[in-house]
Amino acid sequence: MIEALAFYMFASITVAAGVLVISVRNPVHSVLFLILAFFNSAGLFVLLGAEFLAMILVVVYVGAVAVLFMFVVMMLDINFVEMRQGFLQYLPIGAVVGLILLVELAVVVGGWHISPEVVAAGAAPTPDAASVTNTQALGQLLYTHYVYLFQAAGLVLLVAMVGAIVLTHRKRTGVKKQVIADQLARSAAQSVKLVKVETGKGI
Amino acid sequence: MLEIGLGHYLTVAAILFTLGIFGIFLNRKNVIIILMSIELMLLAVNINFVAFSAELNDLVGQVFAVFILTVAAAEAAIGLAILVIYFRNRGTIAVEDINMMKG
Repeated sequence: MIEALAFYMFASITVAAGVLVISVRNPVHSVLFLILAFFNSAGLFVLLGAEFLAMILVVVYVGAVAVLFMFVVMMLDINFVEMRQGFLQYLPIGAVVGLILLVELAVVVGGWHISPEVVAAGAAPTPDAASVTNTQALGQLLYTHYVYLFQAAGLVLLVAMVGAIVLTHRKRTGVKKQVIADQLARSAAQSVKLVKVETGKGI
Repeated sequence: MLEIGLGHYLTVAAILFTLGIFGIFLNRKNVIIILMSIELMLLAVNINFVAFSAELNDLVGQVFAVFILTVAAAEAAIGLAILVIYFRNRGTIAVEDINMMKG
């Protein structure tokens, strides 16, 4: 009963937030609704027993991705009103495509059943939640059977980081900056000159 | 109705995925909203994976969801970086203006 109530609450808020993400005028509000959708799907994940993924969703999506979106939306000086022109023009085709997709998904969701062999042939059965926590079970799987994929995921993140830095880094000309290597390479002979000044005369 | 099963989660994921597609069509000019729609679709896929993982009692679905999350984060970072340099160079992010590669 409680579970059903929680599910309907999280699901309806997620869907409503999804609708608002694509339909509000202000992209800043859009990002905020995206954050709401992520939070509520984290709730759905908790209901499914995937606590670790729920927390990762909050940390990664809300903490990193959504904030990144927020930065970009606020950093770029864009006329968003002008950008919304043609909104109604694209509405029919979008509605048609979305409706077709939804009907297809409904047909797929409504038309299958899970054969017993699939359940028996699971690659890594979930351990009993009372003895092993979800995080521990996930770690035991991730660091043993999937360690190469885990490393590959790390490489993907590294490449993304390097790519993002290389893309957005810009060399400015005409900016005076302290170059420590040059400072350290100077010798006394280059920088100090001893002048014998005679009394009563200037240099 | 009160018994929450796999079908309920799949329905939510299907609606979210459709919303993502719909958002791409609706905001054809605004790349930022399109990127957000893609994030919504990836979220829907993740919900599917986790729902099946819970239903089939198989942890691999959650492992896969972790990897999807990784790729989604990388995609968002690169996409937004491209967006920022594009805006710096051209002063606009309207999709129909992005045609420099056209022959």
